[in-house]
Amino acid sequence: MKFLEIKNLRKSFGDLEVIKDISLDVEEGQVVAVIGPSGSGKSTLLRCATMLDSMDSGELIYLGEHAVTTGADGKAIPAPSKQLKKIQGYYGLVFQNFNLFPHYSVLKNVVDALITVQKKSKGEAVEIGREFLNKMSLSDKEDAYPYQLSGGQQQRVSIARALALNPKVLFFDEPTSALDPELTGEILKVIKDLAAEKMTMVIVTHEMSFARDVANHIIFMDGGIIVEEGLPDEVIKNPKNERTKTFLSRFEK
Amino acid sequence: MEWTVLLLKLSEGMLVSVEIFTLTLLFSLPLGLFVAFGRMAKNPLIRNPIKIYISIMRGTPLMLQLMVVYFGPYYIFGLTTPRGYRFIAVIIGFVLNYAAYFAEIYRGGIESMPVGQYEAAKVLGYNRTQTFIKIILPQVIKRILPPVTNEVITLVKDTSLAFVISVSEMFTAAKAIASAQTSMLPFVVAGIFYYVFNFIVALVMEWMENKFSYFR
Repeated sequence: MKFLEIKNLRKSFGDLEVIKDISLDVEEGQVVAVIGPSGSGKSTLLRCATMLDSMDSGELIYLGEHAVTTGADGKAIPAPSKQLKKIQGYYGLVFQNFNLFPHYSVLKNVVDALITVQKKSKGEAVEIGREFLNKMSLSDKEDAYPYQLSGGQQQRVSIARALALNPKVLFFDEPTSALDPELTGEILKVIKDLAAEKMTMVIVTHEMSFARDVANHIIFMDGGIIVEEGLPDEVIKNPKNERTKTFLSRFEK
Repeated sequence: MEWTVLLLKLSEGMLVSVEIFTLTLLFSLPLGLFVAFGRMAKNPLIRNPIKIYISIMRGTPLMLQLMVVYFGPYYIFGLTTPRGYRFIAVIIGFVLNYAAYFAEIYRGGIESMPVGQYEAAKVLGYNRTQTFIKIILPQVIKRILPPVTNEVITLVKDTSLAFVISVSEMFTAAKAIASAQTSMLPFVVAGIFYYVFNFIVALVMEWMENKFSYFR
């Protein structure tokens, strides 16, 4: 089943066209890595998919339900807010800078949305929260505040926070870019474990070897379009497009 | 004049000062939040009048504002004001003035919040009210406590301006005794009263800052 469909997405900021007609499908259990140089539009793609930015035109579909359609005039039309709220529950997003709530303890960061948004009882929410903190090896940190944690631990809390809401698709926006190499490894391992559990994920990343290892579909973006996509071995080891070759040559050692 | 009489008279005046202080905070702290929202509104029909209001409140002396509130109804509109209006005018004047200052402090705090906090809340499914009350406001309060403390301390001293429309708070009482006795002593004692008042205010505000020190 297609968990995510993006059709003919276009997005401009003023005169600058950041995304020029992008379409992509993400199947259940698929791990898609989006790579490409800075300014290629990959983060904007993620922000449009998670509705942090509005689309200019195109369609956005989660599990067959339209979040955004396009009218006869070519302008994007968001679904009614009730439906949007439902669709919002289908996906989670892990940010580059974690964006934890600094005034909440680790446990509260994970459980508050369960109580506030999903209207679960406190007991049930805490049970779910502890399960995911345990999964992220953070059980001993549930009473800590974000500032007391390392960057890697903070990012694991934010992954637990996203997972606790039971999303169908999990997006990662350069999840290791704010971390030093040592901490990067611990986050990449967490994502690999999730991939092994068949979690559907879309990952924007600069970690080429990681993208090759974890993803089963790679998208290379440049200049607001998908230049090349396919299996990791095809795109990363044998890129056909000149632009992809130049970009990847910088990572080959 | 006996010391006890001096202290008694000043304490009576102090009571009025405390009343002005308390009522002003009670109304201007929440009003300031609405003014701040108006100041940040996208609609210029709301935003611009609020900007003008803040500009006038900050750009003219509070003393003059108190006079306008007290004498305005009669001299501008020919209305006779009820007996207790003198004190009410003081409160209206102080509340309008301080709400403007608090609004700008709130705005600074709200606008300093990183956009990532809003985005994280949005993706997690919080609605706008939940995001503001649960996520943004507690962090804003922590950030604005130091400048709010400044304003609150200034307010203690500003209560003396009520003399301009003859509301006899502490400083008015001190002046009356000083001129009757031809002595500077009442002013010295008044100064000590203000200092002690502010010392307590500072302690309370420090305690509040400590309450918010559990996160960064």
